[in-house]
Amino acid sequence: MMKRLIIILALAAIALGFFPLAMRISGDSGLTALATHYVEAGADELGAANLVTSVVVSYRGLDTLGEVMVLFTATTGVTALLVAGKSKSHKKEKDSEPDGDGRREGSELLATGAAFLFPILILFGIYIFLNGHLTPGGGFQGGVVLASAFLLLLFSDCRLELNHALLKGAEAISGAAYVAVGLLGLWLAGGFLDPRFLPAGEFGQLFSAGAIPIIYILIGIKVGSELTGIVDAMRRCS
Amino acid sequence: MTHIVLVIGFLLVCIGFWGLMTRREVFRMIISFSLLDTGVHVIMVGIGYVRAGTAPIFDEALAVAGAVGKVVDPVPSALVLTAIVIGLAVTALMLSFAIRLHASRGSLAVDDMKELKW
Repeated sequence: MMKRLIIILALAAIALGFFPLAMRISGDSGLTALATHYVEAGADELGAANLVTSVVVSYRGLDTLGEVMVLFTATTGVTALLVAGKSKSHKKEKDSEPDGDGRREGSELLATGAAFLFPILILFGIYIFLNGHLTPGGGFQGGVVLASAFLLLLFSDCRLELNHALLKGAEAISGAAYVAVGLLGLWLAGGFLDPRFLPAGEFGQLFSAGAIPIIYILIGIKVGSELTGIVDAMRRCS
Repeated sequence: MTHIVLVIGFLLVCIGFWGLMTRREVFRMIISFSLLDTGVHVIMVGIGYVRAGTAPIFDEALAVAGAVGKVVDPVPSALVLTAIVIGLAVTALMLSFAIRLHASRGSLAVDDMKELKW
């Protein structure tokens, strides 16, 4: 009873803290000064049609680099918790039990659907992060679509082994290249992660907005390989 | 309109907090955390909304000149965009902790874990 009271009190405190915040937001207040600057000058400064991409990749680029680090750390944690030290015992189990760890094979429908959808999903993911500076989308979304393609493939075939060296390599190279592009911005343009060291190109075209598409391609590959790694680690542990 | 979104987000946050405080099983606490996470995302996107604003993407329908007042705030959208993916990865990390806990103890109940109790 006492505990429930405390919980209700805590929830009420959260509500009280939130209430003044909610009351001040109405949608009529317009943009903040920072957002106004981004909207007015963002297209001229960076040449990307999608302002959200400008903010993610350039204005708040350091933030995004940090987010990618968090993602990397989480992936490392998942792999360390689920896979590390398991390979030996796992192999023994496999020897004694040849038919896929007693896992049920994916149905014909799922296998056919996965084989049909896998290339389309890969293509769609690449499209999303390639056009991140023009249309809604970007590296994070495209990466998740890529990982979902591999998830579908792993669902349909339980004995499938992904190439871990390739996964790790793609992740490491794209992460390092992201930082390298950031450093190039520091040397050739205004600062770390400044994408303007490449020509801005024609506004609204695929080859435009300096290095923003390159950064988003790298983020897409990194997010895709990391989330695929998480999915694969979860499958291998069970 | 904004208020509906804010209220929904706030309800999700409250359900998440309530679940975190009352549930005694790790898996349900992870679900609560996911709800909390989603609620925060909804609130953040709601904060960036500008009445009758459209997505801040320039094309034939939205010229660069005079775009202020027609678009929503791009900053919260950008933050939420990354936060969703991070939330997914963090949830996966929590789930793998839960898997290891279940493998070593055969239970996910918080009451069975006494090492750090004082």
